[in-house]
Amino acid sequence: MAAKKSPKPNIADDSIWVLGTHMTRFGRYPDKDSVDLASTSAIAALQDGGVTIHDMDVLAAGCLLGQGGMAQRIQKQIGQTGIPAYNVTNACATGATAIRTVFLHISAGEADMGIAVGVEQMGKMGLLGGAGSKKEKKVFEPGGRYGAVTGIDGYLGTEGMPGVFAQAGMEYAHDHSGVDFEQFARVAYKNHLHSTLNPLAQYRKDFSMEEIMGAPTMSYPNTLLMCCPTGDGAAAAVLVSGERLKSMPRRVQKRAVKISASVLTSDPYTEASQVQPDVNTLTRNAAAQAYEKAGVAPEDLDLVELHDCFATAELIHYDNLGLCERGGAGDFIDSGAPFRDGRTPVNVSGGLISKGHPIGATGVANIFEVTTHLRGEAGDRQINGAKVGLAHVIGLGSACGIHILEKAA
Amino acid sequence: MVSPTPSAQVPLVDYLRIGARPYLRAHECTSCGARFFDRRVACASCGKQEFRNARVKNSGHVKAFSIVHRAAPGIPAPYVSAVVETIDGTTVRSNIVNCDATPEAVSLGMSVKLTTYPIGTDDDGTEAIAFGYEPS
Repeated sequence: MAAKKSPKPNIADDSIWVLGTHMTRFGRYPDKDSVDLASTSAIAALQDGGVTIHDMDVLAAGCLLGQGGMAQRIQKQIGQTGIPAYNVTNACATGATAIRTVFLHISAGEADMGIAVGVEQMGKMGLLGGAGSKKEKKVFEPGGRYGAVTGIDGYLGTEGMPGVFAQAGMEYAHDHSGVDFEQFARVAYKNHLHSTLNPLAQYRKDFSMEEIMGAPTMSYPNTLLMCCPTGDGAAAAVLVSGERLKSMPRRVQKRAVKISASVLTSDPYTEASQVQPDVNTLTRNAAAQAYEKAGVAPEDLDLVELHDCFATAELIHYDNLGLCERGGAGDFIDSGAPFRDGRTPVNVSGGLISKGHPIGATGVANIFEVTTHLRGEAGDRQINGAKVGLAHVIGLGSACGIHILEKAA
Repeated sequence: MVSPTPSAQVPLVDYLRIGARPYLRAHECTSCGARFFDRRVACASCGKQEFRNARVKNSGHVKAFSIVHRAAPGIPAPYVSAVVETIDGTTVRSNIVNCDATPEAVSLGMSVKLTTYPIGTDDDGTEAIAFGYEPS
């Protein structure tokens, strides 16, 4: 007797799907440049989807720190087909914005298929943000929008990323008593532990709580092991319209993953955000829109990849994404819920803290991660039976991208 | 040639008003009351373009802080970076000064007040004055 055929996936014409995806291992690539990394990943994503650059109607490339024109530089390696090419930057939400650019092109009916590529080559560039005091001036003359006579980083608070995100976490602790250093550290403990199962992670070493809490302090409460590293890497995703996907072979359809929500927000005015970036409100807004569009609730999520640039950031996003009760992020980590065997696994890839954070690649790489789990192809780190996942990134300034992905029915 | 005046002082930023009783000056939207410290084109809250100068209260409390060990070049570390909310509801980013840079010495909700201190002198002998908040 012939094996029973699986039911045909339910594909609406106006739905949009991830057809193919890829990420390079994050790490250091001194012998390659960002064009090599991006092009390699783009070709692999096309191959994964069983298509070629000649099938693409649009290309968007996200690269924050490079020399610009990344989309066209990729085309010159993988195929100059004359399609519209977008160069996207949006702080740490750059990759998600590239995904969304392709998504919008397809939803507007201007493309059937497109590819988003995110890449960064950072090398060992050290601490980001707070570029340091301006070169010592001979004369104190007011300049800039604050009329400052010299650099203010370190005199009027910190502009360094570990400190800015430390303060975001401490503000949460201020508003919700009981949240403490150990809970922030436990986030890093979890993500380092998760990364040991991910062959694509920049670091794959687990650390004890004592090692994490005892590591050199960058900006209290963030120690070195609670901060994401700099690094190199690329990721790519091919998106396709439901209408086009319907004409493809069943085996291709079965691996396709539906984008149930694609949302981008910026930070709305809040009083406090004029001096300290508010990473909460825009994430809450994006989450509300995404859940509404996808018709799913936080408790439906089988896995979440969220923007853990620092341990303090991940903790507050449990709350911002509605994964826990309001004010309950400390209890949430203590309960084990975001561990890979918990109720809502968070950052099973190792997260930015251990998988790495080549900025432009990050928002595409977490689409890769969720897609790979929904396909059941994540190997040792697979979350079994995963059907719905959420990918979140935030860039200071600010921009927040959220995508909700669902396994083909 | 005019010789340097040793007593000449400039504020680190133009929203710090120095003198006998230093304070921070905000641009306050005449329409919605939103306050800003930078040069404005329009209000980020309501979009209107009229502002008045507002004197920010000098007392407040620590809403968030970090002990910064890895500081920008030339900045003594560790130091305490903080977000302070003044008693009139204005949020200010600043250092906490006259206080040990340890998690034990600083606490969330701690009462603080504005103070000023010199951070250096330029080649003309002009001294730059920064502000910070100290425990009160």
